[in-house]
Amino acid sequence: MQTEDLGQLLRQHPFVADLSDQHLHVLAGCASNVRYAEGSYLIHEGEVADKFILLRSGRVALEIDMNERGSLRIQTAGPGEVLGWSWLISPFRWHFNGCAVTDVRAIALDGKCLRTKCENDHDFGYEMLKRLSHVMERRLEATRLQLLDVYGSNSGVHT
Amino acid sequence: MYIIDEEGFHSILRILRELGYTTIGPKVHNGAIVYDEIAGINDLPRGWIDEQGPGSYSLNQNDGQSMFGYVVGPHSWKKFLFPPRKQLFSVTRHQPDFGFSDSPDPVAPVPKYAFVGVRACELQAIAIQDRVFCSNGFIDSTYSSLRSDAFILAVNCTRAGGNCFCVSMNTGPKVGAGFDIALTEITADGEFRFVLEVGSKKGETILGQIPHNPARAEDVARAEAAVRSAAEHMGKALDTTNIKQLLYDNSEHPVWDDVAKRCLSCANCTMVCPTCFCSTVEDTTDLTGDHAERSRRWDSCFTVDFAKVAGGNFRSSTKSRYRQWMTHKLASWIDQFGTSGCVGCGRCITWCPVGIDITEEVRAIRGKSEHLPVQSGSSE
Amino acid sequence: MESRTAEIQRTVVDPMVPRPVSIRKIIWETDDTFTIFLDLDGTVASFKPGQFNMVFVPGVGESAISISSDPLKPRTIAHTIHRVGIVTTALAQKKRGDIVGVRGPYGSSWPVEVARSKDVCIVVGGIGLAPLRPLLFSLFHRRAEFGRIVLLYGARSPLDLLYRVELEEWADRYSVEVLVTVDRGDSSWKGHIGVVTNLFTYVKLDARDTIAYVCGPETMMKFTLDELDRRGVPAEQTYLSMERNMKCAVGFCGHCQYGPYFICKDGPVFVLPQVRHLLEKKEL
Repeated sequence: MQTEDLGQLLRQHPFVADLSDQHLHVLAGCASNVRYAEGSYLIHEGEVADKFILLRSGRVALEIDMNERGSLRIQTAGPGEVLGWSWLISPFRWHFNGCAVTDVRAIALDGKCLRTKCENDHDFGYEMLKRLSHVMERRLEATRLQLLDVYGSNSGVHT
Repeated sequence: MYIIDEEGFHSILRILRELGYTTIGPKVHNGAIVYDEIAGINDLPRGWIDEQGPGSYSLNQNDGQSMFGYVVGPHSWKKFLFPPRKQLFSVTRHQPDFGFSDSPDPVAPVPKYAFVGVRACELQAIAIQDRVFCSNGFIDSTYSSLRSDAFILAVNCTRAGGNCFCVSMNTGPKVGAGFDIALTEITADGEFRFVLEVGSKKGETILGQIPHNPARAEDVARAEAAVRSAAEHMGKALDTTNIKQLLYDNSEHPVWDDVAKRCLSCANCTMVCPTCFCSTVEDTTDLTGDHAERSRRWDSCFTVDFAKVAGGNFRSSTKSRYRQWMTHKLASWIDQFGTSGCVGCGRCITWCPVGIDITEEVRAIRGKSEHLPVQSGSSE
Repeated sequence: MESRTAEIQRTVVDPMVPRPVSIRKIIWETDDTFTIFLDLDGTVASFKPGQFNMVFVPGVGESAISISSDPLKPRTIAHTIHRVGIVTTALAQKKRGDIVGVRGPYGSSWPVEVARSKDVCIVVGGIGLAPLRPLLFSLFHRRAEFGRIVLLYGARSPLDLLYRVELEEWADRYSVEVLVTVDRGDSSWKGHIGVVTNLFTYVKLDARDTIAYVCGPETMMKFTLDELDRRGVPAEQTYLSMERNMKCAVGFCGHCQYGPYFICKDGPVFVLPQVRHLLEKKEL
């Protein structure tokens, strides 16, 4: 797919909101249009974190393998959301599995390519980090709320 | 205004009893003035004077013969109008019958009370509870029937107690509306007399049956002077300026932490307070399970489980419960019922085992009333 | 079929006395939540969505429980109940034909008229869906008068979901946009996993024209209200249902006070501006 078309696809994704055309072009240089079949794995725990995924349609579940309990699904990500930031943070390894719960269409950005561009152009790198830290903050907040287990057996309305 | 003597006063009580009233008045018991059934004026605590301070109460007899020289004790009239324990209903199971029988119910006999010696602050407290139980959407039928039958013989205070602040709360020492007969005890011509004011038709009818004279100008003046003297010697004062907003705006004031260190959460204050109305319900069955009863009993927002729900406890700290009590009493009550919940009787100060003084706590909030700086430092 | 007679002898005529009703059936929704259907016989007391009854088990006690059935069908009312305390456990052991006591309906209700010609966004967590079910029925009866109906529903796990079959039915028959999420999933769960507020990512709301109704554990409601605010839904168009300990439900016992409000009478449904400043306070 041509970079210009990829650029147009990227423009539609909330992650790049307010990104300048120039930086968008940089991003498009690392991008490719991808599809994952339902049930397939986008990423595997422990493997090299070599991509950054912007989800366009479908749903991905984050899974952690627990020997004693099998795979536990802890969060899902859907259209408009992103998957993975370990490509930017040493040691660049995935901490979980990402399983396509439905057919998934996404834009995959090559992790190493992106990392290099961030190093070479700090303005671009800062724009990436700004957006990523926002994603991480929301994910962290959501995880904390899930930890609270508000619907646990000790909570309820009008019991 | 009229004037009667001791004989006349005694006759009033006699007539009330003949009319079927249970006359309740002050009596000495276990070192305190309590409210209990009285047969006549000889049951009254003549010559007894109380000394009250934060966390302290003592009762002593002097040479005087004043029948109402003391102020209020640990009891209030809510003990009768809003009984500490009351059965709500009972349920009986019949087997193997089908269907329901909703038989007409024998209403338990409700006593007709004549309250003798109701102080101004107490009269206001009764009016406050009237609003809670009769004018707030639903009507508590027991309270309502006891209340409408009750005869109120009020007494104007001629001596202020050590913890009294009815003047601050605008509830006394002179009684306001709502009494049937009001008495002010004075000495006239070396003897005890009562300047009498009629407040209702019921009161007028009783007066008509006892010897009485119109009060002389000097009797009225002496009565007014005595009440004024009480007003000028209040033991405590509470500044009510903008108090609702003051408490609403200061829910995180350091005063709450400070009082929480002292408060035992013992609930004494709520038991003696004449306006506190919280209650809970209890269910009991007999051993066969065929007969069950539900009763209501007094409760207190200070109890640990008061704000407990299935998911947890909204007020697990003493701090939150003390704050709830005081904010309710002085602030939220105004939004709920249109008046303050406090009548300035000082009972909560007297009967608190550690002497927490509601007037001091308000003073402390006013004294350090600036908002606290927001805690800095993220927990992330 | 066995039923027993209960004769309630009143010592005084009083708003604290329940009326006896018969249990028509009990359905288990999950392993700790059940719905009880009560036959009101001739004593039809219509109720409004969001209101609750005090349900009484003689000798055990009373519990404040939201009504979760259709307000236009008041002869049989339903309560979806989480079995968590002695009263709810006693109710869980009842059978068809058993008699319990009911007082009510009490409390304020979810306003329906304000949503006419507007979009509706219902955000619920856990058993919070139960008191919204009557609102949904009310909307369905006049479906054309309302715009979009979006239902965001969060539960602990797939096994804790209530009314699963109905959710699909509502989506099909009444064009409800139903999004469901759980806090923890398993490999058979193909839906969303995460906090209920994350579901907002997948719906585009016309915030100014949306009426929001929120119900669930207080913590969940707080982060939902933040999210609604962030997305521009006006506070005056946001309604929530609060919960506190209740003993009498008629404003006498003092237990349910929340700031100056009695939740049994001034609530449980509030419009957000009424309680926003209270929600920020701790241990109120």
